[in-house]
Amino acid sequence: MKFNKYKFWRYDYKKIRKLKDNIIRKILFGFGLTAIIFILLILIFLLVEGLPFFFEADGADFFTDDVWDPSSPNEPRYGILPMILGTFLVTLGAIIIAVPIGIGCAIYLSEIAHPKIRETLKPIIEILAGIPSVVFGFFALIILSKWIDEFFNATTKLNALTGSIMLAVMMLPIIISLSEDAIRSVPREMKEASLALGLSKWDTIKGVVLPAAFSGITAGVILGVARAIGETMTVLMATGNAPVISFDMLTSMRTMTATIAIEMGEVPYGSTHYHALFAIGIILFIITLFVNFTASIIRRRFRERY
Amino acid sequence: MKWKKTKEIIIFSLLRLSALFIVIALGVMLFYIFSGGIGKISWEFISSFPTNGMKSGGIFPMIVGTLSLMILTMFIALPIGIFSALYLVEYAKPGRFTDIIRLAVHNLAGVPSIVYGLLGLGLFVLFLGFGLSLISAAFTLAIMVLPIIITASQEALYAVPKNIREGALALGSTKWETTRYHVLPYALPGMLTGSILALSRAAGETAPIIMTGAAFYMTHLPSSIFDEFMALPYSIYTLSTESSDVQVIRPIVFGAIIVLLLIVLGMNLIAISLRNYYRKKYRW
Repeated sequence: MKFNKYKFWRYDYKKIRKLKDNIIRKILFGFGLTAIIFILLILIFLLVEGLPFFFEADGADFFTDDVWDPSSPNEPRYGILPMILGTFLVTLGAIIIAVPIGIGCAIYLSEIAHPKIRETLKPIIEILAGIPSVVFGFFALIILSKWIDEFFNATTKLNALTGSIMLAVMMLPIIISLSEDAIRSVPREMKEASLALGLSKWDTIKGVVLPAAFSGITAGVILGVARAIGETMTVLMATGNAPVISFDMLTSMRTMTATIAIEMGEVPYGSTHYHALFAIGIILFIITLFVNFTASIIRRRFRERY
Repeated sequence: MKWKKTKEIIIFSLLRLSALFIVIALGVMLFYIFSGGIGKISWEFISSFPTNGMKSGGIFPMIVGTLSLMILTMFIALPIGIFSALYLVEYAKPGRFTDIIRLAVHNLAGVPSIVYGLLGLGLFVLFLGFGLSLISAAFTLAIMVLPIIITASQEALYAVPKNIREGALALGSTKWETTRYHVLPYALPGMLTGSILALSRAAGETAPIIMTGAAFYMTHLPSSIFDEFMALPYSIYTLSTESSDVQVIRPIVFGAIIVLLLIVLGMNLIAISLRNYYRKKYRW
């Protein structure tokens, strides 16, 4: 009797275990979906809040008007061009500064540096990556802008160049770590073959290592650019935020991200201006999605090669 | 031949210089910030309320706001992140659908923080009616750091050798028992390391909380999670762009930055040393 009872219980226990396993499998599947759900939520809310703008105001003006003056009482104007140009120029400046330094540093770390130096440099780069953007912004606002003003005799005290330099410093950790990964994954035999043929170390790096790591480095640079485009606080505090069309890096400029951050606090919810800011968000989302997509395609190709 | 040698020396010194640039950039920044604000740091500064319209007094409510925001964010993001990573690594079958999830995680990581702010404003503040509040900001930041936590947890799970799973399954454990008792304990340290890094990023983030609940000035601590809050990064932003009384306000900003850096970099340091400790402890 006792034996049977035990057997009965055991049979049930097995069933419960199976059932539990199946339920947990389904719950975990639900959690697995969260990333997709959140991406869709971002898309939905950007569209729901941003698309009405194109019905309320003249949608074509959004891309052709060169004046952004949404708070004008009689004739508000919503031209995104100054901000697109601002984002473009500030990012371009950052790329020009950060790419040579970043790739140079990656080559140094992976090919030249003594292991001990590398072990001390890597945490320094990690610390740099961990500093909040508002701190970079503060440094640009208080100290860097003063130096730039004195050195270049800038047109406005806060200008695009200040933002570019600060963004470049922020981009460096990404570019360095991804480029270093790419350089390190170049097969050792390739380098050794080149050295054995009598090429110097630099010729080997230039002729063998860099071409082989090229797509990985490119992916790193593109991801750095994506970060620069999406960065808000640093450019907001550094570039002066005048929404004007200008190609002079020493004048004040305003980026798309900064516009949203500055004006979202002041607009009444549901107004045309409010919808216009979400419309800028849509453009920003599309640009960064495109940039990230390109980077991941290039990266995948690079991984397949080795 | 001689020219070639000199050329190499020149190029290598240039490369060295680029590495030096990073050290100098970090050094200069930290030097200016610490020398500007270290005199301000005292027990009184971090434990008292701001007075006189932020022109004097301490930064206590900002510290409390930032810390409570981090804790809330962690409680939301950690389970979601770890469970989605568990699904992706242990349960998902390779195929098109899993690829789509991975792609979504990847793209979520690339969305600019200000766009998360827009989502938070649209979804939590207005649509769900949480208002400008601690909980809206925490949900927003949680979604923002989710891809970091998922990626880190995935890597930690991949690092657990396959034969441990196979051994447990061969002895009759169910899939969940295997995952829970034989995989998770070894992957947990790695997951936590990644999550601490993710949280340190959330602590310093400013753009999303501008739109979801950070307040410029409050005389009391947030009374519930549906109350507005003060946060260190937001106060640093508003106070440093304040143009009046620069001489009085600036030292407070420097001090607040030092406290924020200590929180953020301290968490980074904890994460890095945890990682190194467990790397030595578990060698497969």
